[in-house]
Amino acid sequence: MWAMVLKEMRQVRRDRRTLAMMVVLPVLLLVVFGYAARFDVAEIRVVPVGDQVASAAQQLPEPFTVLAATDDDPVDVLRRGDADVAIALEGGTPTAHVDGSELFTAQASQQAFAGIAAAGGPSIDVVVEFNPDLETSAVLVPGLGGLILVFVGSLITSLGVVRERQAGTLEQLAVMPLRASDVFVGKVAPYFVVASVDLVVVLGVGSWLFGVPFNGNPAWLAIGSLLFLFTALGIGVLISTVSDNQGQAIQLALMTVLPQVLLSGLIFPLSSMAAGVRWIGYLLPLTWFNVLARGVMLKDAPLSALALPLGVLALMAVVVSTLAVWRFNTELRPAGPGDTDLDPARRQDVPAEVTS
Amino acid sequence: MSWGLDGVQVRFGDTIALDGVDCTVAPGRVEAVIGPDGAGKSTLARVLVGLVPVDGGRVRRPGRARLGYQPESAGTWRDLTVAENLAFVAASRGRGADLDGRTRELVAVTDLAEVTDRLAGDLSGGMRQKLAVAMAMLPRPDLLVLDEPTTGLDPISRADVWRLLARAAGEGAAIVVTTAYLDEAQRADHVVVLDHGRVLVTGTAREITSSFPGRLVSTDRRDPRRPSWRRGRGWRTWDRDTSTGARPEHELEPDLDDVVMAAAIARREAGS
Repeated sequence: MWAMVLKEMRQVRRDRRTLAMMVVLPVLLLVVFGYAARFDVAEIRVVPVGDQVASAAQQLPEPFTVLAATDDDPVDVLRRGDADVAIALEGGTPTAHVDGSELFTAQASQQAFAGIAAAGGPSIDVVVEFNPDLETSAVLVPGLGGLILVFVGSLITSLGVVRERQAGTLEQLAVMPLRASDVFVGKVAPYFVVASVDLVVVLGVGSWLFGVPFNGNPAWLAIGSLLFLFTALGIGVLISTVSDNQGQAIQLALMTVLPQVLLSGLIFPLSSMAAGVRWIGYLLPLTWFNVLARGVMLKDAPLSALALPLGVLALMAVVVSTLAVWRFNTELRPAGPGDTDLDPARRQDVPAEVTS
Repeated sequence: MSWGLDGVQVRFGDTIALDGVDCTVAPGRVEAVIGPDGAGKSTLARVLVGLVPVDGGRVRRPGRARLGYQPESAGTWRDLTVAENLAFVAASRGRGADLDGRTRELVAVTDLAEVTDRLAGDLSGGMRQKLAVAMAMLPRPDLLVLDEPTTGLDPISRADVWRLLARAAGEGAAIVVTTAYLDEAQRADHVVVLDHGRVLVTGTAREITSSFPGRLVSTDRRDPRRPSWRRGRGWRTWDRDTSTGARPEHELEPDLDDVVMAAAIARREAGS
């Protein structure tokens, strides 16, 4: 038995990545559950609509934070993401329009308004917008589409490339008269198609089975999904370039997927997280996909409100894809440029002589 | 135009994988690179096709469109059929390359015609290796580099692979083939013997065996005073001093195995 224990200890010690995962993962989970896994809402942003409401709204207790008043339509205020609650005077009755796409904030708002009324305060009508029944599925399904893209894009893609390396066929590809970019695009294209189909199926089935609304412009979601998918595929290729085998690729992919599940706002609201952990969330692509998908599907958010998530996703797509292509190119062309970039028609009879 | 390496050095960290290696092969000729495991054979092959950057020296190779390569792991896509593997290699050469006829020809000479719809992963080792060589030969390359194409194959399959190499050489390809089977190297036009990344000896098989220093004697048991190595049921004993004494009764003509063993022993003695 001791021989077996000793053998296993030696193997674990030498498998540094597994060892790191065994150490890092508990720390990560501790940080996440300690600082991020909170459903309580510390702040609810309120925008009063109209001057009459503005002065009365100042009396709202915590956790409400009253922002500058506006004359805009209260639902438009919520669509733009300017507030969690917009209070307007409608038919002489103060009415709080609550953003139902932020599930926990909306629930906390309902409870807070009920508490104010119970304490003898003014009675405020509460109207939950975008997700009137506060269905969990309506909030989760848009983000789940992104999670599927992360899974296919990062995990499955990295496995596909690593499998090619383990089989020795990546070397074969490297020697063939193919541009590195051709190999890269050809390699990720099937995953791109599969992930796109998955996204459509998940969102379609989600809408059909769970009645999740699709109120916005599908084009914005399509563009955002495209950018997000480029990022996820790029992460998958990057993982593959630093993984010797499929086990390592799975480990690394999990290390990128897990924080996105926990810190992207998919499950725990970003507004409830401690500031440091929330900023980690802002660095994760799923966070911005989540904002975009909820904005398009539930809120029919205007382009001005979607510009930030689209812009961040575009930046991430450019940075990650560039890094992935560069790493992939380095792996395929370790001996430096030969006839790599020549046109195929010109490549046919070009001798290459390499001198170090 | 000949292809090859001139004084090539390759380092992996502190390890010297190739140390001033020269190797030249002309069109229509077969260069065998032989040596024990870890000698640097695969590194030499991978340097030749551009998979490993060099730290010194010069590499002469054609452009990738004129290069055929079979990696040590065969390099076939196991979840593609025989026909799909060959079709992919043909397609990678671009639309201008009409390789349908060439594909049919190679399928016929490799005896793969009956299994073109079979997955490469379902082929026997010998058939998969022949497919790998056919894939490397498909574009009629100027330089064909094969990394241990016969390792693990039965003698008949090994003969089949060498028949393919002879055909490729006949078509004008310059061929570099690495192998751990020294008997195979006798079929090559020229041989490079590597050990620990250095060229131990080079020449034709005949030149190499005739350059054997001293004499080789067949003995029943190991001679503790002189270098000996097992061959079959007996021993080969290397007598480096031929200046005295009559020609022994059991003197043997050395083959490549003996030359490599003697060279490796001499090298180790010189290094110690």
